[in-house]
Amino acid sequence: MSLFSLFSLALTAILAENFVLVKFLGICPFLGVSKKTDTALGMGMAVVFVMGLSSIVTWAVNEYLLLPLGLAYMQTVAFILVIAALVQFVELFLKKFIPTLYTALGIYLPLITTNCAVLGAALLNVQAPRGPLESTAFGVFSGLGFTLAIVLFASVRERLEFSKFPKAFEGFPQALITAGLIAMAFMGFSGLSIG
Amino acid sequence: MTENKTAQQAVQTPEAPETQAKKQGRIKEIVLNGLILQNPILVLFLGMCATMAVSTSLVNAVGMGLSTTAVLICSNVVISLLRKLIPKEVRIACYVVVIAAFVTIVDLLLKAFLPSLSDALGIFIPLIVVNCIILGRAEAFASKNGPLYAAVDGVSMGLGFTLALCAMGLIRELLGGGAILGHQVLPEKAILLAAPCGGFLVLGCLVALTQYLKARVANKKKGGDEA
Repeated sequence: MSLFSLFSLALTAILAENFVLVKFLGICPFLGVSKKTDTALGMGMAVVFVMGLSSIVTWAVNEYLLLPLGLAYMQTVAFILVIAALVQFVELFLKKFIPTLYTALGIYLPLITTNCAVLGAALLNVQAPRGPLESTAFGVFSGLGFTLAIVLFASVRERLEFSKFPKAFEGFPQALITAGLIAMAFMGFSGLSIG
Repeated sequence: MTENKTAQQAVQTPEAPETQAKKQGRIKEIVLNGLILQNPILVLFLGMCATMAVSTSLVNAVGMGLSTTAVLICSNVVISLLRKLIPKEVRIACYVVVIAAFVTIVDLLLKAFLPSLSDALGIFIPLIVVNCIILGRAEAFASKNGPLYAAVDGVSMGLGFTLALCAMGLIRELLGGGAILGHQVLPEKAILLAAPCGGFLVLGCLVALTQYLKARVANKKKGGDEA
């Protein structure tokens, strides 16, 4: 894979087809863990880490296990199990060997199993279909796109915390409208591609 | 039919013998909770990804809603039947396997019989696996209740999800595309509402409307009590 196509993939995954704001994957953590910029960044980093890893592992499972055995229709079941196991494994590994990273990401890791962005990236990789390197790159870049969106959103929400809203819009609707406006800004990137 | 259900109930949950009236009250409560009071989208805010991604048209909304409902009913019943067999430590993994199995069945059925709908919903059909509504109901309801109640809960939560989804689909298709079920009815269209950001904006307004109505009902009740 050339540097050029890598850059093109990054541009698409992070801006033009942002996972959260354009493809609607990973909305739950996007709305749930975005009250503060720090926690948003922690969640984002955890997602980048797990998505990169799960992309390569699900690629291998699909290529060497499911396809040779003719079990392609089991992809959903196999992938969700792989992701759940992987998240558990990553949690144990970090706890044992990189405790600083564990304390930073620890509480976000279990949440990632049910983050549809991770399963979504695995399924999109298979559908595309992409090779091992490209799959991993797509996972990492999509994770970065998620991080960009959630950090932007959290910083807007921090500023809005003490603003006045109509009573009916307080709480969740206000967050949704904010997200809608950010998504509108991201529409400007649509169709952006090189090569 | 009711007698049959009662017999089943008695067999499956011998620890809770209940009178017919009490049972009907309970079922009514579950149905009301799923459809309105605890509506998964408008009140609990679950299953947001699917909600926003597929609510671009009414047909997609109905398809997604019913697929999710089917998975939810099946998984609720199976998990409720297995609730005493599943060890507590690995329950989430077990739930996920049960749910994933039913999602695969629905996915294959849609591909075989409704290929155009399957294409339109795309990746969001397999992603029902990670829809928080299903895992949420498994953990919060099915793992603690008998299969009859679990089935009723699945039906009402699923229909509540479908209803809210259809409302969004209708609004976005009508205002964003100027059409209802593919028939052009409005001369103008606000493409913005059909675009991704429209999902957030329409849902934000719908939730605000729900909160407004809730506040009004609460106020009225208060006023009634005082008077």
